[in-house]
Amino acid sequence: MTVLRLSSITKRFGPLVANDAISLDLARGEVVALLGENGAGKTTLMNILFGHYVADEGTVEAFGKELPPGDPRAALDAGIGMVHQHFTLADNMTVLENIALGTEPLFAPRFRREAARQKIRKLSADFGLEVHPDSLVSALTVGERQRVEILKALYRDARILILDEPTAVLTPLETDALFATLRKLVAEGLSIIFISHKLNEVMAISDRVIVLRAGKVAGERRTADTDRKALAALMVGQDLVSPPVAPAVTGPALLVMEHVSTPRRGTGIALSDVTLSLHSGEITGVAGVSGNGQAALAGLLSGLETPQSGSMTVQGHGPDGWSPVAALEAGIARIPEDRHAVGAIADMSVMENVISERYRTPRFSKHGFMDWKAARNFAEEIIRDYDVKCPGPDARIRLLSGGNMQKLILGRALDPEPVIILANQPTRGLDVGAIAYVHGRLLEARARGAAVLLISEDLDEILTLADRIVVISGGRLSAPSARGERTVRELGELMAGHAEAAHAP
Amino acid sequence: MSEAFDILFQTTFWVAAIRIASPLIFATMGELICERAGVLNLGIEGIMVAGAFAGWFTVYSGGDLWAGVLVAAATGAAFGLLHSTLTVPLGLSQHVVGIGVTLLATSLTYFTYRLALPEVTSPPKIEAFQPLPIPFLSDIPLVGPALFAQTPLTYLAFITVAIVAWVLYRTPLGLAVRAAGENPSAVEAQGISVTAIRMGAVMVGSALMAVGGAFLTMSAFNSFFFEMVNGRGWICIALVVFGSWRPGKALLGAILFAAFDAYQVRLQQVTGGVVPYQLFLMLPYLLSILALVLVARRATYPKALMVPYQKGER
Repeated sequence: MTVLRLSSITKRFGPLVANDAISLDLARGEVVALLGENGAGKTTLMNILFGHYVADEGTVEAFGKELPPGDPRAALDAGIGMVHQHFTLADNMTVLENIALGTEPLFAPRFRREAARQKIRKLSADFGLEVHPDSLVSALTVGERQRVEILKALYRDARILILDEPTAVLTPLETDALFATLRKLVAEGLSIIFISHKLNEVMAISDRVIVLRAGKVAGERRTADTDRKALAALMVGQDLVSPPVAPAVTGPALLVMEHVSTPRRGTGIALSDVTLSLHSGEITGVAGVSGNGQAALAGLLSGLETPQSGSMTVQGHGPDGWSPVAALEAGIARIPEDRHAVGAIADMSVMENVISERYRTPRFSKHGFMDWKAARNFAEEIIRDYDVKCPGPDARIRLLSGGNMQKLILGRALDPEPVIILANQPTRGLDVGAIAYVHGRLLEARARGAAVLLISEDLDEILTLADRIVVISGGRLSAPSARGERTVRELGELMAGHAEAAHAP
Repeated sequence: MSEAFDILFQTTFWVAAIRIASPLIFATMGELICERAGVLNLGIEGIMVAGAFAGWFTVYSGGDLWAGVLVAAATGAAFGLLHSTLTVPLGLSQHVVGIGVTLLATSLTYFTYRLALPEVTSPPKIEAFQPLPIPFLSDIPLVGPALFAQTPLTYLAFITVAIVAWVLYRTPLGLAVRAAGENPSAVEAQGISVTAIRMGAVMVGSALMAVGGAFLTMSAFNSFFFEMVNGRGWICIALVVFGSWRPGKALLGAILFAAFDAYQVRLQQVTGGVVPYQLFLMLPYLLSILALVLVARRATYPKALMVPYQKGER
């Protein structure tokens, strides 16, 4: 039985065709994965379905009835629930208030809190969505917030659930719990649209995969009849070749830390007694579970943090007056962990963002006046050389997709040919095409003799790129191991905090 | 010094404090509703002026006192409609629009006053609201006359606080208003129009501000003159912050400020010209800044306050 049918949906934003005659249908109890790179049109399609956008052409039918365009209320009433990628929760309100918002007549004299609490408790228990109804949303973890979003849909008796990149913010454990919940929902007869660009998750949860590419349906497969490789090819439009990794040519140590500890800051984990050297022509990978001191390590390299004890030398010089400016002057380039919060100034232009680390150098300013012509030329150069898809140097950077923003930041960091590169989670949230691009560029930098420190929670990424691997756990580093020296299992144990018996410094 | 202390035990002092607090209570509740929905309404000062005139002029022209209150509220709502049309669907700067509404409402009021009463030199008087003592309760020493021998409008101010608190925390509508001030996309995602909620809140809030203004001409005094609102609107903006956007705490803030104000007037008489009186005039404002520093530093403000919401924008 078909519960949902989208017929030739077309949506244009100016000259850009975000959705080009897309049709899709969903059966009862089915999980359909909508797979595609960032910018392929997945989220736009779902926003049309949910009434946030109005389609230029095409219709949406739920349970045999056509939905009026541009009306979220109609979608909700038809039993469609959406879990947005960016949660739509009010932080200073309770779980219960967030869930019950809009479910009762607005002008009712009383809000029936107790009835709502009972219903939420029951749904939580039935579907394994553990969360306390009276907690403030601001006190919840990301995983719990997502549960609240799912509860919001179930509370309204949704029969169709749309999840937009639901695992992007979850830990592997939370992802497993989410999948268990989704399986329970499907068993109850709900239908699910699962939007993702992660192939392994799509393979794990879906019955059918619809691949979008550049706003069009590139293909449709039964999950049982396909594999990751075939899907990746459909998604990118060509067979994806991972960049070849040439053997490392290790040069001299460019940055040496000996027994470095950093001061404690709030609840963050500080580095304790860390010894590490970064060599020219080598990628050093730091593996570990998030929140084990990665932030302190990245802060130390980028100049935001200074050693409390121990010594650090950068190309032979001590860290006197160590600061972000000193780090830049010492030739350390930074690809920050959170490109939105730290890497870019969202409402400033591409041009202003690419010179933000260097606007005080003679190249971009003279006698206290900006040389905008040089800045514009530089921005155009980066856009061209790093294949950034954007309207031009004057576009606000917030309008760029994640992959393109990251390419721009990559260009900004790598263009001055830095000797040391701090790449902190450089591919988080990117699609396969963009990941391959970033990896290729990092390998290029290594080939020209840069020392790269790659911090990543993605073990596959570390195993692919790193010539030497250290594991960070509780602010301490394990002894380094060469490529292929430790097994995944051994690394996993180190990540979980089990120190090796013989710990050689 | 004992004289300065004795003031606190005078019945007239407490009666005055509650009377001074009444217009502040109305307007503070109005501002609180707007801000809870995510809109800073700096039109408050001008809307109070307009309300003061509209209420008074209705009665002066032969209307009933309560009709005057209604006309004042409607005038406020009209300015609220103007303010919210500019700030909500059009998403203009709430600061600039607010100041614009204050200037417009003030000048328009003075203009209308001159048009209506071109010949008058001293402001004409009306028969204002009279105190309505509540039997038995008003006989309680000190508290009784202060709380239970006031005009009906003062009672209405206290009732308004209870209603605002009930609506905000106990009804689905209040939930939607608070959510609109915290995260408008949460409201939209649940199928409620952010535009409707915010515009409605600003109109109701502005109506309350205007009633606060009308209190001045119809209860505290009995005529309308220029500059009579005299910055009370701005004080209410501070009182909302002082009250951490909670009706009960904001009510306490209004009474506290009014008590300071009533106190300084009496203190001037006690010190009798030794200290320049301007110092005492300054006192309530100084103390309210101090109170803000102490109380409101850790207040959690509505997260989407002053953030325009545009549907479909990412």
